[in-house]
Amino acid sequence: MEKKDQKKPALAVQNLTKHFSGVLAIDNLSLSITQGAITSIVGPNGSGKTTLINTLSGIFKPEQGTITVQGRTVPPLHPHDVWHHGITRTFQNTRLFEQMTVLDNVLVVLTKRSVIPSLLETKDDTHYDQAKQVLAATNLWEKRDQLAANLSYGQRKLLEIARSLATDADIYLFDEPFAGLFPKMVTVVFTILRSLKQEGKTVVLVEHDMDLIRKISDHVIVLDSGTLLAQGSPEQVLSEKSVVEAYLGQ
Amino acid sequence: MEYFLHLITLFAIYAILGLSLNLVVGYTGLLSATHAAFYGIGAYATALLLTVSGLNFFFAVFLGIILTSLIALSIGSVLSKFRDDYYALGSIGFCIITFSIFLNWQDLTRGPLGISGIPRPDIFGLSFSSSILFALLALIALGVTFLACRGIVRSSFGRVLKAIREDEGAIQVFGYRTHTYKLLVFVISAAMASVAGSLFATYVTYIDPSTFTILESVFILAIIILGGLANLRGSLIGALILILIPELLRFAGFPAEIAGQTRELVYGLMLLVLMLRRPQGLLGEYKL
Repeated sequence: MEKKDQKKPALAVQNLTKHFSGVLAIDNLSLSITQGAITSIVGPNGSGKTTLINTLSGIFKPEQGTITVQGRTVPPLHPHDVWHHGITRTFQNTRLFEQMTVLDNVLVVLTKRSVIPSLLETKDDTHYDQAKQVLAATNLWEKRDQLAANLSYGQRKLLEIARSLATDADIYLFDEPFAGLFPKMVTVVFTILRSLKQEGKTVVLVEHDMDLIRKISDHVIVLDSGTLLAQGSPEQVLSEKSVVEAYLGQ
Repeated sequence: MEYFLHLITLFAIYAILGLSLNLVVGYTGLLSATHAAFYGIGAYATALLLTVSGLNFFFAVFLGIILTSLIALSIGSVLSKFRDDYYALGSIGFCIITFSIFLNWQDLTRGPLGISGIPRPDIFGLSFSSSILFALLALIALGVTFLACRGIVRSSFGRVLKAIREDEGAIQVFGYRTHTYKLLVFVISAAMASVAGSLFATYVTYIDPSTFTILESVFILAIIILGGLANLRGSLIGALILILIPELLRFAGFPAEIAGQTRELVYGLMLLVLMLRRPQGLLGEYKL
């Protein structure tokens, strides 16, 4: 993974554009994500939040625009490239390895990335300890031998977060990590996000819950119809008239 | 006794085919129908090297593995870009093309006449011409294949294969070039099928294209579906059951002219019942 420079934005996009069958999902968007901060991306449904996350993680190819990671413009990303740039993510609709155990869901991202060394790698205590640590942090250690398919909705969300934490990335893209969680689980995720920030990691959240956004975000970006509507501190942005009109329809 | 040793040899050959195909279908989730082709390439390579060049059996097996692996590498480079229906269709196409080559490249394969007079293995003067020695050789090859497959599925590489099967897109964002993993497991699996082909060719001492049709791929698929996907012991059980069934039918008193069709009927019924009652197979950990 690349070394981070605190002065440069962790992530930036310049003139990013993405269409889906004639529908403009991201429209000439330019924005930057501050290093070591928690940035929330908000906006009404269809505003381009998840499309932006998917583009930043190489799942969608933009038709136009550039992406800069830690100050360096990167060529069009493939999904397998993003980890090498120190980026990890969770998905809006959880994408776990259903017929694998909770422990294996985490261990698999700790494996050596080269094919031949991974073929020779069998049991690694270091990886096991790392997996134990992230599963304990997400209260899933007791469930380690269960299949991911048998977890509750909230536990599935937590396992996705645990899987991302195991990568020890610099930039975390969390797509609606709080959606559908019980209050106790919300506290767990809250604690994880705070500790990531303390470690100097960059967190990008796509979230709808305004109270949570106010409590945890350092910076808020508001998207509407694929364009940047507003950005700034939570208090400043969430009280802006244009934001209230676009987001709450008032 | 001879008959019993014959069954053991056939079981070992088909168990090798089942184990190796399970790596691709059961563990990686790629529905491949290429196995009869690689089985055939291994068989033809060994048969030709032994009858034309008079090479040592083990050297011929080794060259067969190299040739099969190279062909698997080239076809796998294309197939690994796909999954699901497209992968299956591509693999069926390859199997049919290979059969056509076996049938029509008469200068090399002697076409429908096949290759006869393939010598039994011989190493340092020890000939495997007796049934007991050949059965032992086949069982040793099965043991080595089983241990190799177990090593693969228990490694980190094996865990990534399962993740590819579960959600290829999700594992990619964690930095894995899944194409490479799919390609490598495909080549390893083909190399193992080649060994089974070498054993088959030298066991029956005669091969022709009719053994390596798409139906043979379906039969090998049936072995792993019956025994269980993503379970190595399942492949052994699947091979045992499907090798024994026709032999048991032999004693059921059916006239010879309908015995073959009865076997197909029994296979079909077994697969139908499995799909309805236990889609993951007898010991399987994964449903297609």
